[in-house]
Amino acid sequence: MELLFILEIDGKKKLIGNMKKYIEAKNIDVFYGDFKALNNINMDIPPNAVTALIGPSGCGKSTYLRLFNRMNDYIDSFRMNGDVLIDGENIYHNDIRVDDLRKNIGMVFQKPNPFPKSIYENVVYGLRIQGIKDKTFLNKRVEKSLKQAALWDEVKGDLNKSALTLSGGQQQRLCIARALAVEPSILLMDEPTSALDPIATAKVELLINDLKELYTIVIVTHNMQQASRISDYTAFFYMGDLIEFDTTKKIFTKPKLERTLNYITGRFG
Amino acid sequence: MNNSKINRIKDLIFQYVGIICTFLGLIVLSILLFNIVKEGFLRIDWDFLTSLPSRKADKAGIFTAWIGSIWILVFTFLVSVPLGVSAGIYLEEYNSNSKLSSLLELNISNLAGVPSVIYGLLGLEIFVRGFSLGSSVLAGSFTLGLLILPIIIVATREALKAVPQSLRAASFALGATKWQTISYQVLPASFGGILTGVILAISRAVGETAPLIVVGALAYVPFTPQNPMDEFTVLPIQIFNWVSRPQAEFSVNAAAAIIILLLITFVMNGIAVYFRNRWQKKINW
Repeated sequence: MELLFILEIDGKKKLIGNMKKYIEAKNIDVFYGDFKALNNINMDIPPNAVTALIGPSGCGKSTYLRLFNRMNDYIDSFRMNGDVLIDGENIYHNDIRVDDLRKNIGMVFQKPNPFPKSIYENVVYGLRIQGIKDKTFLNKRVEKSLKQAALWDEVKGDLNKSALTLSGGQQQRLCIARALAVEPSILLMDEPTSALDPIATAKVELLINDLKELYTIVIVTHNMQQASRISDYTAFFYMGDLIEFDTTKKIFTKPKLERTLNYITGRFG
Repeated sequence: MNNSKINRIKDLIFQYVGIICTFLGLIVLSILLFNIVKEGFLRIDWDFLTSLPSRKADKAGIFTAWIGSIWILVFTFLVSVPLGVSAGIYLEEYNSNSKLSSLLELNISNLAGVPSVIYGLLGLEIFVRGFSLGSSVLAGSFTLGLLILPIIIVATREALKAVPQSLRAASFALGATKWQTISYQVLPASFGGILTGVILAISRAVGETAPLIVVGALAYVPFTPQNPMDEFTVLPIQIFNWVSRPQAEFSVNAAAAIIILLLITFVMNGIAVYFRNRWQKKINW
């Protein structure tokens, strides 16, 4: 699956080249100590679409998500077999610099985790650590990212306000803006709305729908309605196995396997 | 009597026991303070702060002693803080080998429990004789620096531990390296806690006597240190010297010097509390 990447500068569209933003997972086994968390997963994630990972707690979906930006590396007992390729490159190869990899892959966590700094500093952090100091560039990027995250109108009056004074839903959108500011091509979301109220959840869901034009989005969710509302593809995990992976429409209307049907209709899990 | 009534009585008893314990400590402390202030307060004047030590009690002052204490304080700070904070950061953020980590942890807690006079002997052998520093400000500062190193390491680790893991995860996920994460996020977030630990450790060093006596600080030094290699005296040693004399006038001097020493300690603790509160207000998880 390939996609022509188009950059818009001053209203003129410019063809940049073939960007794939394409994740492939091949024969993935993951262990935490003796416990096998993922069992021989083969699953490619389509670009510029929203892919939802669903399944009961402990089924391995979060582990699978965190493989793509190597956040599992911080867990002591973590061990894996198999390959994860992004744009054809094995990200677990020894030559890969993890910090460079993550500049291309944004992540939004379950609980909003803004830095205890101003809104502005939160958004520019990813750029600052890359050594970017140009004030006008940073200002533009802050505005753009906050607008993308649908937060600009609520905070534009005082960007120097501490991020911790924002409400939970605003904090989560700030975290999304922060991830977008470095212009990644892939966005990973680990239950991004589980700590939010229904109104804030609706805002974030709308946002995800807008963002998929530009990004490859992978989202872990416990909320079946959410998966059916916002995703194009859905993968159902159970006890470390990938049970079924198809378009969301198929998974939620006529899944191939009975286990999937039972889960999405709430008969188990 | 039913169960909930018994529980309520237990609750009440514990509350009163707690109140009594708290006030017992406070009463003892205030009796001590009252006695010292009664004895020494009138002795404190400008001359007392600016006079050199003397054989005559009414002419003796603490000039060399408090200047010496400040020299020691500054150099102890310079020696122990970079070492202690760096060691704390390494142990908490970098060292992932849990066996080595628990071994080091055990040893550091043991070091914190070693009597201070033993550190004096260590300082005498290593710094005074081994490095030929003599009974200088540097030798004294190195010795006190070693003494408070474990406290600073433990305080730094506790402050770093209090920073939520989600903050580090957020930074890493944006492509930050370990050092960027520590220097931009973790250290600023834990600065208040580290500073509090450092100031408390330093104020302990200001009150130490035994190791400095062993290292060779003298009670009678007729000049203030001009450079770090000079001999010195400090307030606690001056106090120790005065209380060990038989004349009553000297014990008045000692009481006055104790008030000054207490003031220095109170001010430092006050600064620690101020910074902690300010930081807590700024960072509210």
